[in-house]
Amino acid sequence: MSTYTSTLGGERHRFDSLARLLAAASPERSGDRLAGLAASSARERVAARWALSEVPLTTFLTEPVVPYESDDVTRLILDTHDPVAFAPVAGMTVGELREWLLSEAADAEALAAVSPGLTPEMVAAVSKLMGNADLVAVARKVRVVTAFRSTIGLPGRLATRLQPNHPTDDPAGVAAALLDGLLLGSGDAVIGINPATDSPRAVRDLLELLDGVITRYAIPTQSCVLCHVTTSVDLMERGAPVDLVFQSIAGTQAANASFGVTLGLLDEAYEAARGLDRGTVGKNVMYFETGQGSALSADAHHGVDQQTVEARAYAVARRYDPLLVNTVVGFIGPEYLYDGRQILRAALEDHFCGKLLGLPMGLDICYTNHADADDDDVATMLTMLGVAGASFVICTPGGDDIMLNYQSASYHDALYLREVLGLRPAPEFEAWLGSIGLLDERGAIREVTAHPLTAIGRELAA
Amino acid sequence: MSETGAGGMSELVAHAEDSALWATLRRHTQARIGLGRAGSGLPTRHRLELQAAHAAARDAVHSPFDPDTVAAALTGTPTVRVRSAAPDRLTYLQRPDLGRRLDATDRAHLPSGEWDLVFVVADGLSSRAVHEHAAAMVRATTARLPAGTRVAPVVLAEQARVALGDDVAHAMGAATVVVLVGERPGMSAADSLGAYLTYGPKPGVTTDADRNCLSNIRPPLGLTYETAAAKLAALLKGARELGRSGVALKDESDALPAAAPAQSR
Repeated sequence: MSTYTSTLGGERHRFDSLARLLAAASPERSGDRLAGLAASSARERVAARWALSEVPLTTFLTEPVVPYESDDVTRLILDTHDPVAFAPVAGMTVGELREWLLSEAADAEALAAVSPGLTPEMVAAVSKLMGNADLVAVARKVRVVTAFRSTIGLPGRLATRLQPNHPTDDPAGVAAALLDGLLLGSGDAVIGINPATDSPRAVRDLLELLDGVITRYAIPTQSCVLCHVTTSVDLMERGAPVDLVFQSIAGTQAANASFGVTLGLLDEAYEAARGLDRGTVGKNVMYFETGQGSALSADAHHGVDQQTVEARAYAVARRYDPLLVNTVVGFIGPEYLYDGRQILRAALEDHFCGKLLGLPMGLDICYTNHADADDDDVATMLTMLGVAGASFVICTPGGDDIMLNYQSASYHDALYLREVLGLRPAPEFEAWLGSIGLLDERGAIREVTAHPLTAIGRELAA
Repeated sequence: MSETGAGGMSELVAHAEDSALWATLRRHTQARIGLGRAGSGLPTRHRLELQAAHAAARDAVHSPFDPDTVAAALTGTPTVRVRSAAPDRLTYLQRPDLGRRLDATDRAHLPSGEWDLVFVVADGLSSRAVHEHAAAMVRATTARLPAGTRVAPVVLAEQARVALGDDVAHAMGAATVVVLVGERPGMSAADSLGAYLTYGPKPGVTTDADRNCLSNIRPPLGLTYETAAAKLAALLKGARELGRSGVALKDESDALPAAAPAQSR
């Protein structure tokens, strides 16, 4: 294992492995301190960044941070690495990669071309040398377009996941929150419910409820009930209307095992969902959620800092050409991301790394009540991620999810972001909103108190 | 508004009385639906309502635990005070490992004995929940225990998480521990108490799968003391008979969540 050193202000710093170097170079966050991996001082952190800036990118291909032999995510990363795509940056150090990414030469085409040649560890490393503005500037240039019944990720567009959760999966309660979201122009990325239980019966009921609404009102979007992948496979075999297969994933084999998933299971689910062929404008059928801290929480981080492990999850995601991927950035709590500043940083890092690795990256911009954050932090994050070109954001009624007990963005927040940045919904969904009279002459969501859509709520509440 | 549109929309009639509709729909969900708009933003009233809910939650997380309040409400019942290894709230919130471990000095001062049961009152993430509900839960549960049950002094624990109870029970020699802990405040409730039962707890070995949990103890809106105590007493009886707690142990009367909600641990 290599040793890395740097001298800063006459003080010599030594890092005993690439993983230690990456961890010490990471911007401060509570999760790395909890894991005992954080830099011991601000000086050591910058010294680690100096040393990291001089590491050749090829080092990441020969010094895996998690052993190849014992981890299938490492094997996936190295076995699928594309040397031809890597060629333009193969001679660079991490510091030089940062400068190239920021340069005009790295336009949308160049970034897309190099993507299969980049590994999660490379993009995590370069993110640690980048400021928040760098993370926005580069991510903004990346273009990742996916489609099912709507098209996600086109320039000038922002999609939303409408999240009508209910603590007991009550159909009328779900329908009420669904109606609220549709009337506020939300739902073009997906209408996605976190079910209260993973029972196939309950999941199927929700799938049929959503499928009924989507079919009846001809809404160009897709549904998802965020159950375990094995439940989805089971339901697809029994003919349930599954649009997207969901799964939470992480960046090590052991962390994925703690979620009850293997690459083999994901392969199986992917093939089954593709076989249903339910998309109209595209064939991306997978939906993944990730989030910094999940590997440490499962005691499966292998001494790797939480941001680097998170980026490794994106290698799992990209194997399946997903329609949607989002980091649930502040959900895990203050022991991993303490406050609004740390959550913002993580949001920008995750979005940058995911986009650079070719993913349709969205965010659940959120916080729990024991984190030092509030709705002003949500507004700040939302604005920066909107500028950075996030594919989609998750939206809940009033920003308050009564099932998962946390606060996220609201349907109103999405209206704000679309208005101030001139962003529009997915084109198919935008056309549908227009066809039912929900768009005004400027193309913004019309404020309505009465609308035929309210039949959704009226029927289910009756 | 356009009445024409896709997929059978045109046949539906727009209803003018939608304030009545939202009122109807709110009977089915606590979600903040039909809030209206001020441009793209929320109407002032709804923005302030959200802030009020968040403020109550934040205050519940950060208000200091006052063991005197609980001890006073438990007059006649012996109590012992301990701290976790987390010295303050900021450390507590960032270092769950420290909140699961006793302060070394306090551990040495715990009385040991042949106890069947020890109650640990832990501030958790809401000292308010503990101040308002813990003493009443100790009393209601004690009243339902079989005669002859040897109950240890009630341990009042500061900066404490659920697993601190394992450390306490081990140090005192108690066979079973019930941790009454302030749950993470939500936007609709900042005073919810959780009860976690663990039979034969072993620090560092016991996991959440070895516990049984009752949450949302919060009369009158949540579980009442009587209901929660009856369930807890039934679980205690079952754990003693089975020789274990956790996923293998079910409440006889009605279904209970066997595993603990993640945010309370």
